[in-house]
Amino acid sequence: MDLQLKNIGHQYGDLDVVRGIDLDIPRGKIICIVGPSGCGKSTLLRLIGGLERPIEGQVLQVGTPPADSINPLTFVFQDFALLPWRTVEGNISLVLEDHGLSGKEMEAVISDVLARTNLSDFRKALPKQLSGGMKQRVAIARALAVRPAVMLMDEPLSALDSQTRELLIDDLVTLWTREPFTAVYVTHNLNEAVRLGHSIVVLSRRPGEIREIVNIELPLADRTLGNHQLEEHQKRLWQIMREEALAADQELIDD
Amino acid sequence: MTEPAERQKLVDFRGGGFVPRSNRWIGLLIFVAILIAVEIGTRTGFITSLTLPIPSDVFATFVELWRSGLLWKHLVPSITRLIVGALFGVSIGITVGILIGLFSIVRAGLAPVIAAIFPIPKIALLPLFVIWFGIDEGSKYALIAFGTFTPTVVATYGAVDNVDRSLIRMGQSFSLTWLSIVRKIVLPGAMPGILSGLRISLAIAIILLVAAEMLGAEYGIGAYILEAGSLYDLERLFVGVAILSILGVTVSAAINWVESRLLNWRV
Ligand SMILES: Nc1ncnc2c1ncn2[C@@H]1O[C@H](COP(=O)(O)OP(=O)(O)O)[C@@H](O)[C@H]1O
Ligand SMILES: [Mg+2]
Repeated sequence: MDLQLKNIGHQYGDLDVVRGIDLDIPRGKIICIVGPSGCGKSTLLRLIGGLERPIEGQVLQVGTPPADSINPLTFVFQDFALLPWRTVEGNISLVLEDHGLSGKEMEAVISDVLARTNLSDFRKALPKQLSGGMKQRVAIARALAVRPAVMLMDEPLSALDSQTRELLIDDLVTLWTREPFTAVYVTHNLNEAVRLGHSIVVLSRRPGEIREIVNIELPLADRTLGNHQLEEHQKRLWQIMREEALAADQELIDD
Repeated sequence: MTEPAERQKLVDFRGGGFVPRSNRWIGLLIFVAILIAVEIGTRTGFITSLTLPIPSDVFATFVELWRSGLLWKHLVPSITRLIVGALFGVSIGITVGILIGLFSIVRAGLAPVIAAIFPIPKIALLPLFVIWFGIDEGSKYALIAFGTFTPTVVATYGAVDNVDRSLIRMGQSFSLTWLSIVRKIVLPGAMPGILSGLRISLAIAIILLVAAEMLGAEYGIGAYILEAGSLYDLERLFVGVAILSILGVTVSAAINWVESRLLNWRV
């Protein structure tokens, strides 16, 4: 299943948040969306995921999601959004419980995703016992459990320190390399974008419009820390974004 | 040429304090100290027998009450009233509170009504309840139920309002059913607020229990205290008061226990 955004525009009252977004999200690719803070990245992701209705334009599903997909459009949130009163496995079973899986099937799914995210030893832990990186791993495991057709990731690593972020980037690359998934990955961190994105969409400041789309051919697995080609890309992205970020930074907030 | 050795000194410690530490022995110690002081004061005549009874006499009276079997005769109806009344009030209160929290229409309709009846001293309504529910147990149950109902409602819908919206959004993003979101996200998320509301409701329940029993009951802690008071029997009065405060402490300990079981996920 692919996704297509057709001329998406959205406002909150008088506030124009995003405007005229046309974008294809092809199967098996990670699309990164970068842009200065407040430019409507999270809003765009909520529109794509059906948590809000766009005022203008449409989000289209092209083709049907795979039959075994429990929740085709699945979010990974910046603040993890784990239920603090459920254990790691409880948080994962939460999203499976409403879908008529037998206990055995559920157990198999949970063991599988925990193994893929290296969390098998933390099954019975409560979120309060986990570090930020571990919490986000649980959230990623939970997202994988519902076999999404498209993962919608809203700054998933922004709440983490930079070492943990490196580890999780590696994890995501490994996950993708083993079994390519489709993702829209929102971030304001250009390094994350060049490490993970097959294409990188740069948004302007609010109202967010597409400034440029940068494609990176280098396979994810070869994008090591300090790779020269990536640094060139990152530099170029920064040149595009710099003015926008500066202008966005100097805007008065009047709400 | 060597430099003269500089003077060395430990850096002054200025952190510490401002952290509540549990130390239950001190509380007990003060309690015992007060008892001993009163005991000595009353025995030496420094405190007249009209002011306070001798603590050991109060204890003897309590033992006597226990031996004679009258203790249970008073305690059982009181506790029954407390449990029945509070059970009605709290369960209806939680239900209504959740409905107010979940549905804007219910909120628009009921929140003002609740706000209007909240400040009424429920004891003022006892005569009315006697007419409605009868002079016997009915009016007492109703009074306690009504008295626990309002604070429970207010605490519950406040707690539902405070459930982390991002968790609810998460539930929706995984296409959980509405009922699942309420059962698995809203309710557990509101539990801390509901339990702390329960603490207040149950304290109010004990106060109302005594008031109701003072206004018309043959047996019950309230009746016992009233009778002792009208005879100016200080020993029995204090036995009654001590039983009430033990009852209060027990209820509070029970809530602590429930909290530690149910809310062990809190940081
Ligand atoms: N639910 C909402 N109601 C009103 N304004 C909103 C809402 N959500 C976001 N906004 C506004 O829309 C703009 C874009 O927000 P957002 O999409 O969160 O930006 P980003 O994720 O790129 O930082 C911000 O100015 C924000 O204040
Ligand atoms: Mg955002």
